[in-house]
Amino acid sequence: MKPPAFKYVAAGSVEEATARLAEYGDDARPIAGGQSLVPMMNFRLVSPAVLVDIRRIAPPDAIEEADGHVRVGALTRHRALETSPLVRERFPVLAAAMGHVAHLAIRNRGTIGGSLCHADPAAELPALAVLLDARIHTASCSGERIVEAGSFFEGALWTALEDGEIVTRIDFPLLRPGTGWGFREFARRHGDFALAGAAATVTGSAGRAVEVRIALFGVGETPVRATAAEALLTGTGLEPDAVAAAVDALRNAIDPDDDLHASAEYRRHLAGVMAERALGDAWARVGAGAGGGAA
Amino acid sequence: MERIDIGLTVNGVRHERQVEPRRLLSDFLREDLGLTGTHVGCEHGVCGACTVLLDGDSARSCLTFAVQCDGASVRTVEGLGAPGALHPLQESFRRHHALQCGFCTPGMLMTALDLLAKYPLATDDEIREGLSGNLCRCTGYVNIVNAIRETAAARGDDTG
Repeated sequence: MKPPAFKYVAAGSVEEATARLAEYGDDARPIAGGQSLVPMMNFRLVSPAVLVDIRRIAPPDAIEEADGHVRVGALTRHRALETSPLVRERFPVLAAAMGHVAHLAIRNRGTIGGSLCHADPAAELPALAVLLDARIHTASCSGERIVEAGSFFEGALWTALEDGEIVTRIDFPLLRPGTGWGFREFARRHGDFALAGAAATVTGSAGRAVEVRIALFGVGETPVRATAAEALLTGTGLEPDAVAAAVDALRNAIDPDDDLHASAEYRRHLAGVMAERALGDAWARVGAGAGGGAA
Repeated sequence: MERIDIGLTVNGVRHERQVEPRRLLSDFLREDLGLTGTHVGCEHGVCGACTVLLDGDSARSCLTFAVQCDGASVRTVEGLGAPGALHPLQESFRRHHALQCGFCTPGMLMTALDLLAKYPLATDDEIREGLSGNLCRCTGYVNIVNAIRETAAARGDDTG
């Protein structure tokens, strides 16, 4: 279908964007790449009276390393994150995950900030933000704040953002040396939202995992960290028994939905399989020294 | 309804128009400029028929507002080749019978052009992954993959 009529306002700065969003209140939505918003408008699932175009409020595709973080501007496109040499060096897991986001034409337009704000529970980027303990910088008329990724996602398509607030930047704290990574998802067709997926990092030292992080997506209302499984694996050598116990724990900790694509039980099973494979990849990469993040 | 002035270049030709904010780039190309080579299928970013190059990158024109394309450069299938002077990718599609009804073809061509520019396309899996966002309801994928494989292998020649 065609989108409903709206008023279009182009903002030239963060201050102007937040002022316009405050001025129009609930009737307004920010738009950047539009790759989540426009389909919803074409379906008439949302009908904002005003769109505030924020594409020109900051330089596009801004990715830099500073103060122990890789800082990614909210207007960075998925494709830029996928191909950034800095991201590939520091966060190969992030670059690998981006290759699974929709299709090239979508990745060419869709922005990182937009994906985080859309907060689809099956999307890759929110799960990676949760996995990597990203810090999400926001701005509104009331000022700026920083929200930890772990408390940013409050429900399906629902975030901690307040009315009139936009995401400006995402900071990813650098991984410790000796950290391996894994990313696995299962989708019916490449580029579709995954039925379930898992991302993991494992920091190894002297044959033991000293830190394990696992994030799951497509298994509930928000991306989730498998904290019980992480605890079970910390201090182990990721032996098969330890991994099996951790996979059991994470399956018990999630509450996936049934839909026409997959049953809840199948998703629960799949999440475990994806996590097991992601952990295996991560552990192998610790050994191979190809973890990324080494200073 | 307010209309907004935009200026953009399509296939090398500068156009100045006034558009409603809700005007999709796909409809702008077809209705306002008469460039009906860009096809409109699902209108929610699933079928890929409306794919064009926007500032050199493939994009879904049905998920792009024309008003956001002010100052942009757009390339559509009309900008690829002409009858009698087809683009090498179009030649390959013809040689391999990579189209049946032709509805998906403009999107397939513009998508393939961007894939050829950005990926090695060394394997059929990679080509199929790249095309996973473009639906051919004639299900003629095998010949489409064949056409793109041949073009990928012949790169070094001008595929742009």
